[in-house]
Amino acid sequence: MNVPQRPVEPPTSAWSMYRAIVGIGAMCALLIVAVYELTAAPIRLNQQRFLAAAVAEVLPAARSTQAVAIRDDGRLVPTTDAAELPVLLGYDEADQLLGAAIAAQGMGYQDNIRVLYAYSFAKRAIVGFKVLASKETPGLGDRIETEAHFIANFERLDATPADDGGGLRHAITTVKQGEKTEPWQLDGITGATITSVAIGDILNDSANRWVPVLERDAAGFARAQRSEGP
Amino acid sequence: MAATETTSTDEFVKGLWRDNPVFVQVLGMCPALAVSNTAINALTMGLATSFVLLMSGLSVSALKTFIPREARIVCFICIIASFVTAVDYIIQAISLELSRSLGAFIALIVVNCLILGRAEAFASKNKPGRAALDALGMGTGFTAALLAIGVIREVLGNGSLFGIAVLPASFQTWTVMVLPSGGFFAMALWLLIFNRLREPRPRADHRVQESPT
Repeated sequence: MNVPQRPVEPPTSAWSMYRAIVGIGAMCALLIVAVYELTAAPIRLNQQRFLAAAVAEVLPAARSTQAVAIRDDGRLVPTTDAAELPVLLGYDEADQLLGAAIAAQGMGYQDNIRVLYAYSFAKRAIVGFKVLASKETPGLGDRIETEAHFIANFERLDATPADDGGGLRHAITTVKQGEKTEPWQLDGITGATITSVAIGDILNDSANRWVPVLERDAAGFARAQRSEGP
Repeated sequence: MAATETTSTDEFVKGLWRDNPVFVQVLGMCPALAVSNTAINALTMGLATSFVLLMSGLSVSALKTFIPREARIVCFICIIASFVTAVDYIIQAISLELSRSLGAFIALIVVNCLILGRAEAFASKNKPGRAALDALGMGTGFTAALLAIGVIREVLGNGSLFGIAVLPASFQTWTVMVLPSGGFFAMALWLLIFNRLREPRPRADHRVQESPT
């Protein structure tokens, strides 16, 4: 039996492996940085337009907005700086404070989820919600944007501040689908448990930080820097 | 010379028909079914995949002597992932809404077996010119297939094409076509048509012999 022998290839040296992997890694890094730098400005512009449209969606009655930030001493101040997670006070035609559109983010199942929610001063509740960025599993986690019963949570999700001003009176929590009994509970999504729990955590963390400060300081605010249109 | 030209043309044409990535090789089914609910989504996903296919094919082919065999997969994935990241930024710069409507599927181009498959099976063994032709052909075939599915789904599911109404308002839209199951229906229809057209027709004399008399 003459079995043809496969030619034995000489082993690849460690140097060749390092050279290829590090070299290609460096080239790829350079490519990504170059494209990022070239596209950063138009992406920022698109994000501003998108945010304005999202604010109009969650606070439809707002006719003007004012961006705000929390100073180091804990006081609310107007700002013109572009924040990664902006917070905008919304005013109606009669210059009455309606609510705040608050951007927040946290880890979902796949990646960070960025959301925008509306807090109503009159109802002391979250009354609007929109996902700004999400890479959740298509058909499962992304149902936070389409599932009717989940979206219905945000008709009025209780976010009453605690009497001592130290956070929310009741923590926002996510419960299993169909088991919601309290107004501060989020009715979750079966099949998207991690994502719907993540939304509850994101809203709870953000509302605990922002709602007490907004309730305390937003009403007596200088409005000179307000921009027209949401 | 003439033979070389014919072969080069074949490299491009094979991806359109004989080895169409979607209808013949049945590769990249995840985006083909998931983001073909509208024609614009299908076209964008097709173009994004074609861009990554072309650029990664060119890069792999140009660097093939530099990449050791043992480290080829990690290098290919690194190259593909970089171009996917680049195309993700570019789409965000063009339209954030479009980027959102494609969702995670742009990032998932990295694991589209079509791209790694062409890098491994073709680009790493051929010169950049031929790799580019192969990638262009496969990319065009992939885009055309996604668009074919997307057109059917959008027209029947929304009564529109590229967002423009093409059916009368009285038309009762088939909502199922824009839902995930609609992707399977449209895909099955196109596979039926595609395979019927590719099937070799029996010659007339064979039909005479086979017919019962």
